[in-house]
Amino acid sequence: MSDLPRADAASGAVTPPRSFQQIILRLQSYWAAKGCAVLQPYDMEVGAGTFHPATTLRSLGTKPWAAAYVQPSRRPTDGRYGENPNRLQHYYQYQVIIKPSPPDLQDLYLGSLRAIGLDPALHDIRFVEDDWESPTLGAWGLGWEVWCDGMEVSQFTYFQQVGGHDCRPVSGELTYGLERLAMYVLGIDHVMTMPFNDPAAPIALTYGDIFRQTEEEYSRHNFDAASTEMLFQHFKDAEAECDRLLAFDPEDANSGKRIVMAHPAYDQCIKASHLFNLLDARGVISVTERQAYIGRVRALAKKCADAFRQTEAGADAAEAPV
Amino acid sequence: MPDLLIELFSEEIPARMQARAREDLRKLMTDGLVEAGLTYAHAAGFSTPRRLTLAVEGLTAESRPVREERKGPATTAPAAAIEGFLRSTGLTLDQLERRADKKGEVWFAVIERPGRAAPAIIAEVLEGVIRTFPWPKSMRWGSGSLRWVRPLHSILCILSDEAGTEVVPLTVDGIVSGNTTRGHRFLSPGAFSVANFEDYAAKLKRAHVILDSAEREDAILAEAQTLAFAAGLELVEDRALLTEVAGLVEWPVPLMGRIGADFLGLPAEVLQTSMREHQKFFSVKNPKTGRIEGFVTVANTVTADHGATILKGNQKVLAARLSDAKFFWENDLRVAKSGMADWAEGLKAVTFHNKLGSQSDRIARIAALARDIAPMVGADPDLAERAAQLAKLDLRSAMVGEFPELQGLMGMYYAKAAGEPEAVANAARDHYSPLGPSDAVPTEPVSVAVALADKIDTLTGFWAIDEKPTGSKDPFALRRAALGVIRLLLSNDVRLSIDRLVDVQILRHQSGPTPAAPDLLSQILSTATEHGMFGDLTRHLIASAEKLVPDWLVPVRDHNPDLSDSLRDFLHERLKVYLKDQGIRHDVIDACLAMPGNCDLTLLVKRATALQATLQTEDGANLVAGFKRANNILTQAEAKDGVEYSFGADPKFAETEEERALFTALDAAEAAIAPAMAREDFAAAMQAMATLRAPIDAFFTATQINTDNQIVRRNRLNLLHRIRAICLSVADLSKLDG
Repeated sequence: MSDLPRADAASGAVTPPRSFQQIILRLQSYWAAKGCAVLQPYDMEVGAGTFHPATTLRSLGTKPWAAAYVQPSRRPTDGRYGENPNRLQHYYQYQVIIKPSPPDLQDLYLGSLRAIGLDPALHDIRFVEDDWESPTLGAWGLGWEVWCDGMEVSQFTYFQQVGGHDCRPVSGELTYGLERLAMYVLGIDHVMTMPFNDPAAPIALTYGDIFRQTEEEYSRHNFDAASTEMLFQHFKDAEAECDRLLAFDPEDANSGKRIVMAHPAYDQCIKASHLFNLLDARGVISVTERQAYIGRVRALAKKCADAFRQTEAGADAAEAPV
Repeated sequence: MPDLLIELFSEEIPARMQARAREDLRKLMTDGLVEAGLTYAHAAGFSTPRRLTLAVEGLTAESRPVREERKGPATTAPAAAIEGFLRSTGLTLDQLERRADKKGEVWFAVIERPGRAAPAIIAEVLEGVIRTFPWPKSMRWGSGSLRWVRPLHSILCILSDEAGTEVVPLTVDGIVSGNTTRGHRFLSPGAFSVANFEDYAAKLKRAHVILDSAEREDAILAEAQTLAFAAGLELVEDRALLTEVAGLVEWPVPLMGRIGADFLGLPAEVLQTSMREHQKFFSVKNPKTGRIEGFVTVANTVTADHGATILKGNQKVLAARLSDAKFFWENDLRVAKSGMADWAEGLKAVTFHNKLGSQSDRIARIAALARDIAPMVGADPDLAERAAQLAKLDLRSAMVGEFPELQGLMGMYYAKAAGEPEAVANAARDHYSPLGPSDAVPTEPVSVAVALADKIDTLTGFWAIDEKPTGSKDPFALRRAALGVIRLLLSNDVRLSIDRLVDVQILRHQSGPTPAAPDLLSQILSTATEHGMFGDLTRHLIASAEKLVPDWLVPVRDHNPDLSDSLRDFLHERLKVYLKDQGIRHDVIDACLAMPGNCDLTLLVKRATALQATLQTEDGANLVAGFKRANNILTQAEAKDGVEYSFGADPKFAETEEERALFTALDAAEAAIAPAMAREDFAAAMQAMATLRAPIDAFFTATQINTDNQIVRRNRLNLLHRIRAICLSVADLSKLDG
């Protein structure tokens, strides 16, 4: 428990964090202490933490699940060459997913805010209706955006459907926009000036020291340079590969086991989704085509969800013998 | 008589659903209780973000026993019939009674249901209500299967009277009812038990929860006004926002802040919209400058620093939002001042509907039609066309991208910035109006022209691609567009033939944005606007295009008015609905619709209004009876004799005083009606018509139409024909009820 924030025994107050990474570390410790498996980011380009198979696929089936992780996320259209104080094409989300959603999930969540220095006794925390929907994942849920003093600091969602499958039991999903949350906690006005490590460290680094240059490079790449011809081709390739992998006979000749390649196929779905986002940023997808592309990615997500439901991890537990 | 208290305690209920939900809870519960045989004195529903509450006063302690007698089949009926009766009553044969009936002996069932205690009934009804509650959207959570708007945590359900309080036992999906609840999430999170409604409301207040949303609204409004007043400012009232905010807090604490000086140059509507939509802030105005200079946010908690941290945070979020708005505004102004060409270009790539082309194509059509309409509404054609070309360009502006509800309004600001005339800028703002049935209708001529053109283009477009509204489905809001056309015409007293405009705009749709033979098209369009698509001049013009017949000309050449007829019928249908709301009878409208000139809706309504007024007079109402009598006799005689009695009533064959008087009266009425109709003075025409009532009544009383003398009979039938002709020249009275 040594990495948990030290609480002043008398007041219950938590020492305020001093850097971006300290906020991440405190969230990691907090959710680890609450019993979540602390996973590492998924090693692919995704638009949001929800895309991590630990959320999309693991929210299906009846097996209990509890995971927390940081997920680097990319939204090519949000690039602003590192100049906008709040917008980035590459940013971090903190994601918590628990199945079945525990009855005290709201309290657990509020505890995590206390851990990073947002004390509800001093701030105005509000749960404001916000229903979540991901057309590309064929997923939706009901919940709130959580406001702290009028600022949206998290999304709180009870998943109802993923990949076209009803979620039974229901997973509770928490998503923290880390940069925005940290800027608020640390009192920073421009993301690039935010201390990434301890500002008193011998080599103190700001967010800008690490990411200003990459934001410039990727903004140029996303808006002007990425080869659209190649991206279109890769989209088609990913789509075809996803279908191909799922068409294999589940019986594996080498091992003699039943192996449905749900995760490798889902990787292709993730790829297709990111390629679509890049094409969108390049401005080569018209309004009407847009819906069609989203529909194609959703079709892949649905197939992968179907396949995952055929696997051990995604199956429904057999009825307990009476 | 006990009182019932129910509280359904859950995670945060969306603000917009609360009012409906507390009313649904009240109605469904009380309906269910009454259905089950209980009565009550009074019931009230309450809601906060975390609870739905129902308080029922004076509930009966048990339901009345019910004795029901049901008559069954004859004792001689087939066995199957008797078995069916037993099944439906749940009795056995030996429990039935034989009774004598008119037709013989029949079986009678006497069913007695004893009274039931209130708790059993309440538990049953409440469980049913919870399981089938009509939330607009509901969800499951955890491993359960119950659906509620958000996870349901506890059910408080108690009956109380002088003797004490008892919990009504029930269990819904593992949630066991009790007599406890909780206070404010942060200020008083502990659980406590309650004895009755007064105790409940009082303890909640001590636990930082104001139960009644009206009380929360009042508290917010009063405190917000006080804060503004103390700073020499005034609150901009916003009822809808007040209701929403009251649904977001259990313990409202208004806090006032100032808007940074950097942002005070933004249009007031931008400030208000941004603050309301994103932050749920009330706007605070400086009464001296009229500018929006401050805001009130409503926190849900009290803090040791009296909200200082909360206010600072909110101010920071607002600054970030308004920086965006300012960035949009400044960029947009740059585009506007350079003539908005970028936006016009951008709209070429935006599809309006895949069968109706781009927004840019649509704007070109609307501009052409606005030009056609301009002279009919007293607008300058150049200005109307220009206004239509600019009115929708703000759809490409960054500000409207962020706040779609500011469309039109931003168009006005940007048109002004571009140096356009006031009338053009105002048309950008007003051309979407009227949207709702009680929306203000534009009155400036240029705005009226563009607003009409916009709506007629939408209607004709969707008519041309056969996307008409059906039943409850109206995805393109065409009923609203039709009502918009009607209100624009009527309230501005616009006189025009809607058919002609519909015809020319359908042709513009059919010919597409880059038509073959554009010169011929523009000739036809301008001739048709003036003389009608099926007028002689237009037909000559079409006939002259012997060799060159582009596709778009084919339906026009082949004379197919079905499309525009069907749209005109739709407009007439909407007009009927509209006039019905104004208190004009549907048969009165039918009587006027049957008259020529029904493409001129303003004229149509004038006629209908006059007719309705006439029918409300005694003479008018009786005249209709006289007309109908004359019409019936005449129609029957004409059918029997196989001739039309339409000529030659001659006073010299008149035999009675009353008959002669009718001749005189008809002459006088005719002399008055014709000129009145010519100047469209329907009131005068109908007044003249109504004077016929007395002579017609007298004539029928004194005179037998079907006499043996054929000359006299024919003369009288011809006289009836004059009555019919004169009346029908005013309105088709045969369409009237009664």
